Amino acid sequence: MGSVQVQEANYVILEKQQLNPQVKQIIVYAPDIAAKAQAGQFVILKTHKNSERVPLTLAAWEKEIGTITIIFQEVGYSTIELGALGVGEKIENLAGPLGKPSEVKNYGKVAMVCGGVGTAASYPIAKALKEAGNKVTTIMGARNKDLLILEAEMRSVSDAFYITTDDGSKGQKGFVSDVLKNLIANGGEFNVVYAVGPPIMMMVVSQVTQPFGIKTIVSLNPIMVDGMGMCGACRVSVGGKTKFACVDGPEFDAHQVNFKELMQRLKSFSNEEKLTIQVNEKLGETCVCHSK
Amino acid sequence: MSQQVSKPIQNKWQAVPITKQEPARRTKNFQEVVLGYSEEEALAEASRCLTCQKPECVKGCPVGVDVPAFIKLIKENKYQEAIAKIKERNSLPAICGRVCPQEEQCQKHCLLGKKGASVSIGLLERFVADCELKKGINVELVNVSNGRNVAVVGAGPAGLTVAADLAKLGYKVTVFEALHTAGGVLVYGIPEFRLPKDIVQAEVDYVERLGVKFRSDSLLGRLYTIDELLAKGFEAVFIGTGAGLPKLLNIPGENLCGVYSASEFLIRVNLMKSYKFPEYRTPISLGKKVAVIGGGNVALDAARCAVRLGAESVKMVYRRTRDEMPAREEEILNAEEEGVIFKFLSAPTQFIGDEQGKVKGLQYVEMELGEPDQAGRHNPVPITGSEAVMDVDTVIVAIGRTPNPIIQSTTKGLKTLIGGIIAIDRETGQTSLEAVYAGGDIATGEATVISAMGSGKIAANSIHNYLRGKEEKDVLPAKTAI
Repeated sequence: MGSVQVQEANYVILEKQQLNPQVKQIIVYAPDIAAKAQAGQFVILKTHKNSERVPLTLAAWEKEIGTITIIFQEVGYSTIELGALGVGEKIENLAGPLGKPSEVKNYGKVAMVCGGVGTAASYPIAKALKEAGNKVTTIMGARNKDLLILEAEMRSVSDAFYITTDDGSKGQKGFVSDVLKNLIANGGEFNVVYAVGPPIMMMVVSQVTQPFGIKTIVSLNPIMVDGMGMCGACRVSVGGKTKFACVDGPEFDAHQVNFKELMQRLKSFSNEEKLTIQVNEKLGETCVCHSK
Repeated sequence: MSQQVSKPIQNKWQAVPITKQEPARRTKNFQEVVLGYSEEEALAEASRCLTCQKPECVKGCPVGVDVPAFIKLIKENKYQEAIAKIKERNSLPAICGRVCPQEEQCQKHCLLGKKGASVSIGLLERFVADCELKKGINVELVNVSNGRNVAVVGAGPAGLTVAADLAKLGYKVTVFEALHTAGGVLVYGIPEFRLPKDIVQAEVDYVERLGVKFRSDSLLGRLYTIDELLAKGFEAVFIGTGAGLPKLLNIPGENLCGVYSASEFLIRVNLMKSYKFPEYRTPISLGKKVAVIGGGNVALDAARCAVRLGAESVKMVYRRTRDEMPAREEEILNAEEEGVIFKFLSAPTQFIGDEQGKVKGLQYVEMELGEPDQAGRHNPVPITGSEAVMDVDTVIVAIGRTPNPIIQSTTKGLKTLIGGIIAIDRETGQTSLEAVYAGGDIATGEATVISAMGSGKIAANSIHNYLRGKEEKDVLPAKTAI
């Protein structure tokens, strides 16, 4: 009897920060999602009434104060639109936590390989693995030093820490996969390798670990619409079978993933994406790229 | 078939024809195809009803609408009373009047149908429902709140029915919807030109005005488990989470770009309104030569959306013949009028892609119908050596869906059948768990809007009985103690 308390959907942005020229971080009030979030999960959000549904990984959450942290790169219309929202503004729709959580246990020695904005998704996984007793070696990379994010956070959960940049502006010049290869060659016996980042990076990491038979897990980012096990847009080939990243994943055994197909499918709407931006510019809408 | 001007006719054995948008016009827009009866037409059609003493039509209705009674009220120009009569049994008449397969249900049993055309019950239902929507829905709150909370998971036809029925009985109902808007298949699946989304919204608003609370963006199983809902104080839970992941053909090339599941295609077009792209930001990428695999209503909806989005040719590829198509006859005719080409007795064997991983061909094999099986349905058999390739740049696979797995995998003790359907007692809708009921596609497998509503009605009634029984126990605990 009496009234049942159900959290009202009222997803207000409490804090906003530009992490680098392309990447923003927002902290959103979402106590119900924060209460249930686990490492490896994501949310789907829709900025305005007419917006796309966009899947974004949870970078952090605070159960006590009821917030979640989302870090995103402004790559297309929808993420630019999200980036234009300011503190105090509401996100029209936000659903989560979605996807299967990471399998967190004490594997022993784990390498966390992350690239670009994928570092945001890596952080809660690395943190959970560290708390579970693993020795965590982090190898994080970006094109240049300005594009590195969450360095301090990643360091705080790592036993060993390496940075690479494509141009050598910080850490080792080259790719995260080069460092991983060296560590493995020099006796760094990893029980598990996690790779989270651009598909090409995850593919290369997978190729590095395969000859050594090191269990490798990747968190995939295919196109999604509902993100709840309905549309099938997120299908990926894993071990020759079709899997749905939103409900079967997003984490899969890297050595079984068909990365070529994943990369091709990610380009399915590239023409339309360009059109959205062009048309909106033509319509004379304010360019939101540089606001706030 | 399509007549622009229809006059009420006198012949008792013929139905008053319905006005539709001309094919040449409607293939260029997403507006409703069937325009509905005018008052004059509705009165003429209603006058055909024999008002049988023992009405057969009612037996054909999964929710038991008193058909002769509401038609009699139409004859008397009492449209408000007519809609009230329907709403005693059916809370979503404007929807059912449009998408129910009446020819398989009420109209199938109409006595006039023995000799001529059945009364167009669906169109009459739609007429009075639309009259009410135009005037604004009148909500009378009959029962005082009893303060007892029930949770409904999924705001589709089953969930909306449970919510409305229990709200009318005085329960405090909260509906949890995973998507950003309520309506389920009515908003993500059925296209605007068959069921305008304003109509769905008006019916959802009606349910809300009965006192039902809606909480969108809530994927149950992840945000809250069923156990957590019960722990929160909901005394019963209804699961109506509907169909889930698309079934696949499991043939080579199915993951090429340009091969959509019907679910993705329709969710983009209907729910995300990509037919209004870029005003609505979700894109749809459609080529010139479209093939739709399947022969059901979903396949037809996808094909007809593709026509409206500007495809040069839309072919339906179905492994049996027109006679075996599970789709509604009316919609097959509509699709034919709109230029959809039917390629019967053909089954896909492979999708062929280009260097960029985009589909460019559909290889198929021709079939012939074999001996009828036990159900009397002829199974198609491939004709050896009949493989051929069809030029395509978009394929939509519409061969069904499997139940959404999330609740089942996160609820301890919830029994499921093979394929992941939630096991229920057909008489009551109860699952293997106390206080947990289920209905609609998640409990019956893929079916119609009205059968989902029918199973929702059964569950609502059972939940009411269960909670009444529980109340008696709660009130009289001393009895057993003595």
